[in-house]
Amino acid sequence: MTQALQHLLNTLVLGGTYALLGIGLTLIFGIMNVVNFTHGALYTFGAYAAYLACAALGLDFFLALPVAILAGLALGALIELVLLRPLRGSDMDTTMLVMIGAGIILQSGTLWIFGGVAKAIPTPFPDAPLQIGPVSLSWLRVFVFAAALALIAVTYGLINGTRLGRAMRASFQDADTAALMGVNVGFIYTATFAIGSALAAAAGALLGPVYVVFPQMGDLAAVKAFAIVILGGLGSISGATIGGFILALAEEFGAGYVSSGYRDAMGFLIIIAVLLVKPTGLFARAERIG
Amino acid sequence: MTRHLPLSHLPLALLVVLALLPLGLSDPYLLNALIQTGIFTIGAMSLNLLLGYTGQLSLGHIAFFGIGAYASALTALGFDVELLFGWRVVHEPWPPLAGFVLAVLIAGATGYLVGRLSFRVRGAYFVIVTISFAEVVRLVALNWVELTQGPLALTGIPAMRLGLPGLGEMIFRTKVQNYYLVLAVAALSYLVVARFTRSRFGRAMRGLKENEALALSVGVNATRTLTIAATASAAMAGAAGSLYAHYFRIVDPDVFLFSTTVTMVIMVVSGGKGTLIGPVVGGLIFGLLPVALRPVLAPEAQWIVYGAVLILILFLMPRGIVPKLEALAARRPRAAAAQKPVEAESRP
Repeated sequence: MTQALQHLLNTLVLGGTYALLGIGLTLIFGIMNVVNFTHGALYTFGAYAAYLACAALGLDFFLALPVAILAGLALGALIELVLLRPLRGSDMDTTMLVMIGAGIILQSGTLWIFGGVAKAIPTPFPDAPLQIGPVSLSWLRVFVFAAALALIAVTYGLINGTRLGRAMRASFQDADTAALMGVNVGFIYTATFAIGSALAAAAGALLGPVYVVFPQMGDLAAVKAFAIVILGGLGSISGATIGGFILALAEEFGAGYVSSGYRDAMGFLIIIAVLLVKPTGLFARAERIG
Repeated sequence: MTRHLPLSHLPLALLVVLALLPLGLSDPYLLNALIQTGIFTIGAMSLNLLLGYTGQLSLGHIAFFGIGAYASALTALGFDVELLFGWRVVHEPWPPLAGFVLAVLIAGATGYLVGRLSFRVRGAYFVIVTISFAEVVRLVALNWVELTQGPLALTGIPAMRLGLPGLGEMIFRTKVQNYYLVLAVAALSYLVVARFTRSRFGRAMRGLKENEALALSVGVNATRTLTIAATASAAMAGAAGSLYAHYFRIVDPDVFLFSTTVTMVIMVVSGGKGTLIGPVVGGLIFGLLPVALRPVLAPEAQWIVYGAVLILILFLMPRGIVPKLEALAARRPRAAAAQKPVEAESRP
């Protein structure tokens, strides 16, 4: 019983960052119809940005997250302007392959610059965990969970409560009509890709201190993001949020009660099962954003 | 007519050059690179069957290659595993040729099953389901230690042997011997793809790629056609995997790496998807590019070049090198308009 409670608590903490990863990916797919294969590389990029901010620049640990988010925003905007904007209107396979090429460049570039040795991000939290009755949780994970929830709330607020969010939702429904109503769709696409990238970078900066930072860390994160997005239905933000927690639940209990070697297989099995049973995802509705 | 010679005779010319190459080449490093290139070019040709002719982008193609490698290795090495409920399966070592045949059959059967299941979805969903399949297979290879030795790899795989009646047995031990083996299988694969794409199925495949709704309306069975293409494609990838296993004599879960699929996709897309010779041209370029770059660049930097070249090709000649050359060749001689039907054959 205690063990199950501990797993449930771990699920909540992990699910928050997974949701963050999924929302970034689903936002880009929903609005731009681009399968973003750089998502994993952007996650890695965020983790390295946080590492650099802490270790090289000597910034405070809590400043590393905003640094990573800003860096993610900038890199995302750059990728959109240089690679995606010229390809607007070409088929999905082409953009997918270009994104794969960009992902390779980013990942190999990281490996080239930083080497393959894993880096650790030092944290100011005490070693003693937080005890809640029979279960315990490290303070770092408490912070990661709170930060992830805050970022998810900000994203919801951005999309549902601002002019930019309204323009994004309009572009999602019908880009041509939105353009006719005076929405600068080109800018919306850049903003969407930048925001999605920033969310991936934030997830990397949050999970970097929990695990370690290494160039291939994004591979698995990208797959998990795909699993979450497919689970929730491509383009659905609330679906991605719920999907993040479901994947965390499946991994946590699968690793705890079945076999830890197949922990990372859960995401793939979920993808295959969902696509075979209900390809539109579990939470797909007619209007899938917001 | 004569002005069209260069392109239409390219496959044969290439074969002759490649067949004569070992006569003047003894550098083992270069020979090794050529063998490896040949093996992955066969993989690229098999991928082209699906990506080029049906238009379905499978990013899990390496799964069939890896399944072929493991099937072939395990057939030749033998194994002893305990399944559920204490049911034991013991397999005594068989000759490598049986491994090759089984690799083709098992990879083909897997391709059939995956095709049956995953062709319910298209586009982004299909791409992601194929990636997931490959990763699940990789994790099984990594974790089912009793069968696959996990990360310790299957080692001591015997060299390919070919028993010829009356001629005794040929053993492919040296690099030159393996070079000719790979070249022969590659040439055979080329002929199989050529025959396959010119058949009724080939036309149905291209019909589906051009316009699925229209193809369906004239009676093409989409799922059946795509599944047959996936089966043939997977079987051929399995053959390449078997060659890999018996040449390198070691197979570990890293054969399933996503980056190898990406390499094969780059070979097909750069050479020209949906052309017969495209994957061979792309395969030679991208198989030998690391050799050319090795003295100049670190391996990580080589991958940066790979990524950049992929992006550049997609931007500058999205249909690939071979269609681009064909277009250039066709533009010059105006009288060669009569050649058009031939071109349409290789460029759907």
